[in-house]
Amino acid sequence: MGMLHSLVSWWNALPADLQLTIRSIVFIVILIICLVLAVAYMTYAERRVIGFMQVRMGPNRVGPWGLLQPFADVFKLVFKEVVLPTNANRFLFLVAPVISITTALAAWAVIPFSNGVLLSNANAGLLYLLAVSSFGVYGIILAGWASNSRYAFLGAMRSAAQMVAYEIAMGFALVGVLLAGRSLNLNEIVLGQSGNIGHWYAWPLLPLFFVYFISGVAETNRLPFDVAEGESEIVAGFHVEYSGTAFAAFFLAEYANMILVSALATVMFCGGWLSPFQGWQALAASPLGFLTATSFIWFALKICFFLYCFLWFRATFPRYRYDQIMRLGWKVFIPITIVWLVLESIAVVFRIPPWFA
Amino acid sequence: MIQQIVFIVLAALTVGSALGVITARHTVHAALFLVMTFVASAGLWLLLHAEFLALVLVLVYVGAVMVLFLFIVMMLDTDSQSLRQGLVRYAPLGVVVALIVFAEIGYVVYNRELGVSFGTPLPQAAGFSNTRALGETIYTVYAFPFEIAAVVLLVGIVAAIMLTLRRRPGVRHQNISKQVRVSAKRGRLRIVNMPSEPRPPEKNP
Repeated sequence: MGMLHSLVSWWNALPADLQLTIRSIVFIVILIICLVLAVAYMTYAERRVIGFMQVRMGPNRVGPWGLLQPFADVFKLVFKEVVLPTNANRFLFLVAPVISITTALAAWAVIPFSNGVLLSNANAGLLYLLAVSSFGVYGIILAGWASNSRYAFLGAMRSAAQMVAYEIAMGFALVGVLLAGRSLNLNEIVLGQSGNIGHWYAWPLLPLFFVYFISGVAETNRLPFDVAEGESEIVAGFHVEYSGTAFAAFFLAEYANMILVSALATVMFCGGWLSPFQGWQALAASPLGFLTATSFIWFALKICFFLYCFLWFRATFPRYRYDQIMRLGWKVFIPITIVWLVLESIAVVFRIPPWFA
Repeated sequence: MIQQIVFIVLAALTVGSALGVITARHTVHAALFLVMTFVASAGLWLLLHAEFLALVLVLVYVGAVMVLFLFIVMMLDTDSQSLRQGLVRYAPLGVVVALIVFAEIGYVVYNRELGVSFGTPLPQAAGFSNTRALGETIYTVYAFPFEIAAVVLLVGIVAAIMLTLRRRPGVRHQNISKQVRVSAKRGRLRIVNMPSEPRPPEKNP
C-alpha cells in the first residue's frame, strides 16, 4: 500500500509533458500488441471461416481447435531467411515492408475506441487518416520495383493505378461524412451519431457507405480486387520475391489495414462505440438494460462484423478483371459519390428532416 | 526548445532531400527524394499550426501526384547518359533561371510589405480549428480567386483529356452496361421456326 502511494506521488511529481509522453507510449504499446494479436487471429479466423464456407475443416491441429496456428505460422516465418534477389535495390527492398507496416499502424492514432479514448484527439483526424493511408501504396510500389522482377513490377503497377482510382472515391465518401458530422474530428463524428441505430450516418449516406466499404476492400487489395497479387496471373504480385519476416510484414500490414478499414466504417457510418439501442427506455429498464450502454464492446462487435464481410466476399466473389476494376472505380463510384454529395449538401443547407434537421 | 530542434531537423531534411532530387543518379531515387521533401515540408507546416495545409500537401502530392510520377518513371527506361548530353550547353540558361528565382524569393522574404512575417505563430485558443478558419476565409474573402483557380484547373483537365483522346476506328470495345442490361426476352435469343425436312426415300439395301 505504501509502495503504491509512493508510486502515485512519484508520478504526480513528474512534469506534465513527461506524463503525457509516458502515457502515450504505454497506450501505443498496448495498441500495437492488441493489433498484432488481432491480426494473428484474423488469419486464423479467415482460414476457419473460409474452410467452413467451403465445407472443409481449416487449421485444427495446433493447440485446441487450432488456436495456436497463428503462432506456429509466425515462428515459421520469423526463422526463415530473408532472400535478397540479385540486382535488387537493397535499401528500397528492405524499407518497403517497413513503410507498409508503419502506415498501417500509424493510422490508428486517431481512431476513438470509446468516448475520448484515443491517442490523439486531432481536429483534422479525418484528413490525417486520408493522408496516412495514401502512404501505404508506397510500400507496395517500392516492393514491386525494388525486387527487380517482372511479376512483382506488374503487381506494383496494378496496385498503384488501383489505389489512386479508389482513393478518390473513398475521399469523396469521407467528405460526405464530414458534411454530415460537421467536423473532421473522429470523436465528434461518432458523437454526432448519438441516438439509436436510426441516427447512424449509414442511413442518410447509404450509397457513400457502400462506396466507402467497397473502396476499402479495393484499397487493401483483398478479393475480389486482389489483382495486385493475382496468383493465377502474376504468381504473387508485388511480394513474390519476399520471404521470412519481410513477407510477414506485408501480411501484417494487409490485415492491419483490413481492421483499420472496418474500424473506420464503424466510426464514420455505424456509430463507433455507441449502442444501436441507445435511448430505448423500455429496454433500458429491462434486465437487458446493459445493451443500451455505450461501450468498447459495441465497437469491437461492429468491427468483427465488417471483418467477417471481408472474409465472406473472399469466399463468394470471383476476382474482377482489371479493366472492370478501373471502370467501377472511375466511372461508377466517383459519379455516385459526387451526385450524393450534391444531394447531401442541399439537405444540409435546407436542414431537411429527418437526419439533417 | 523542442520545437526548434524539430524545426532544424525538418528543415535540414527538406533541404537535403531537395538537393537529393537534383543530384540523384536514378530517376526513381530522385522521385523518392521529392516525396521526402514534401513530407518534411508538411512537417514544417505542422509546426506553423497549419495542419490542414500540411495534411493536404501529403494527401495530394504524396498520395496522388507522386504515385503517378513514380508510376511513369518506373515504366520509362530512362537512359541517364543521353539525358546528360546537353548539360554543358544548357547550364548557363539554367543558372540564369535559378538566379532569377533566387532573387524573387529573396525579394519576397526581405520586402516586408508582401505580408511575410517572421517569428512564432500566434497562440490560438484550445478549440481553434485551422481547417474551419481556412474554409471561412477561402469561401468568403477569396471566393472569386478560388473559383478562378478552379476554372483554370478544369480547363487544364479538359485540355489534357483532349490531347490524349483519339478516336480509333475499328477497335472492338465491350459495352459493359449493355452486357449487364441484356435480357433473353428482348431480342437476344431468336427462336427460328424451321419447317421439318421431308424424309428422304429409303434406298433398297
